[in-house]
Amino acid sequence: MSETALAEEQSSTEVSSSKIVTLRIAKFNPEHDSGQQYVDFKVPYERWTTVLDAVLDVKKHLDHSVAVRYSCRQASCGSCGMKINGRPRLACFTKISELNSDVVTVEPMNNYPIVRDLVVKLDKMFANHKKMQPYVIREDSEITAPTKEFNQTPEQLEEYIQFANCIKCGLCNSACPTMATDSSFLGPQALGQAYRYVADNRDKGKYSRLKIIDESHGIWRCHFAGSCSQVCPKGVDPAMGIQLLRGYLLGFRK
Amino acid sequence: MRESTIMKIHYGTALAAVVLVAVHVLFRVTMMNYEDSLAYENVLANYKYLPYAIMLELILVLLSVHGFNGLRVILLELKQGRSYEKAVTYGCIAGMAGLIAYGSRTILMASMGIT
Ligand code: HEM
Ligand code: SF4
Ligand code: FES
Repeated sequence: MSETALAEEQSSTEVSSSKIVTLRIAKFNPEHDSGQQYVDFKVPYERWTTVLDAVLDVKKHLDHSVAVRYSCRQASCGSCGMKINGRPRLACFTKISELNSDVVTVEPMNNYPIVRDLVVKLDKMFANHKKMQPYVIREDSEITAPTKEFNQTPEQLEEYIQFANCIKCGLCNSACPTMATDSSFLGPQALGQAYRYVADNRDKGKYSRLKIIDESHGIWRCHFAGSCSQVCPKGVDPAMGIQLLRGYLLGFRK
Repeated sequence: MRESTIMKIHYGTALAAVVLVAVHVLFRVTMMNYEDSLAYENVLANYKYLPYAIMLELILVLLSVHGFNGLRVILLELKQGRSYEKAVTYGCIAGMAGLIAYGSRTILMASMGIT
C-alpha cells in the first residue's frame, strides 16, 4: 500500500473545513447600561459547532465578559435558552451550520427580565411551575409502604410521558404572545406540567390543579397561537396540553 | 364567578349568536329585497312583529355579553394590577348593562309605536 493511500484511508472522517461566521451578541448590563448593544465577533466553525460552542469560543478568546448560562451541553438541563436569529432555541442544541446564515445573532429570550447579556431570570417560571403541584398527589405512597408499587400499563404511561420530557428551559414562555403582555399569565410551561400530572393515572390531585389554573390569568388566557409547541426542543407540545386541560374544565373529558 | 363559567358563557353566546344572526339575515333576504330592509316602514314593521323583536333583543343581549367579556379579556391581558383589574371588571359589567338597557329601550319603544 502506498503512503498516500494510507493517508487517505486515515482521513476518511472529514478533516477541518473551518468556515467563519459573524456571531452578533446582544450585550446588556441592567446595572449600568441604558440599552442593549450588539457586538460582532468572527468565529471559526465546523459542521458540528453549536451556537453555545461559538459563544464560549468568544468568551475564551475574544471577550471574557460575555454572560451566558449553560451546564449539560446536551439539551437536558434547560439552562442555555436564548434567541438565535430571532427564534428561541437551546444554544447547545442548535448548530451554526443548520442556520444557513453568515450572521448569527444571539439575544436573551423575550418575556423574562435580563440578568446580563444572554442570561435571563427564570424565577417566575419556576414559581408558576411550583404552583401546579408538580408531583403525584395521593394519600398512600410508595415510600412509606415500600412493598407497594404503582403499576402503569404502557397505555397509561403514553397518556402523559410526552409532557414529562419538559426540561424547564422556558423557550415556550418566551415564544408565547400572551406572556408578552400579561405578566400574571401562568404560561405554557406551567400549564403543560399541570396536564402532565392530571393525566397521570397514579395522581389524585386533578381537582386541586384544575382549580388553580381556572383563574383570570390562568388557562383561558391562551388563544391558540401554538408558538410554544413550535419552539419546544423536547417535543412536549404544551399547546395540546392546554387544550386537553380545557376539555376537563368544559366537561368534555372526565 | 369562575373563569371557566365565564368562558362557557363566552363560547355559548358566540354559538347562539351565529344561529340567531343567521336567522336574522335569512329573514332579510327572504322576506323582501335585501336593499329594502332598512326602509323606514320595514324597520318599524320588524319591531312590531313580536317574535322577531324578541329575537333582536336576544341578539342584543348575547352580543353585548360576548363583546364586553371579550373586551374585559383584552384589557386584562394588556395591563395588570389589582385596582386596574377591578375597574376593568366592573367597567365592562356597567358597559354591558348600559348597552343592553339602551338597546332594549329602542326595541321596546319601536315595538310599542313610540317614535
Ligand atoms: C357570532 C359570531 C362570533 C363568534 C363565533 C365569536 C367567537 C369568539 C371566540 C371563540 C372568542 C374567543 C377567542 C379566544 O379566546 O382566543 C371570541 C372573542 C372575542 N369576541 Fe367574539 N365571536 C363572534 C362575534 C363577536 C362580536 C359581534 C363581537 C363584538 C361585539 C365580538 C367580540 C369579541 C371580543 C372583543 C373577543 C375577545 C378577543 C379575543 O379573545 O380574541 N365577537 N369570539
Ligand atoms: S415545554 Fe418545552 S419549551 Fe417549554 S419549558 Fe418545557 S421543554 Fe422548554
Ligand atoms: S446547556 Fe443544558 S440544555 Fe443547553
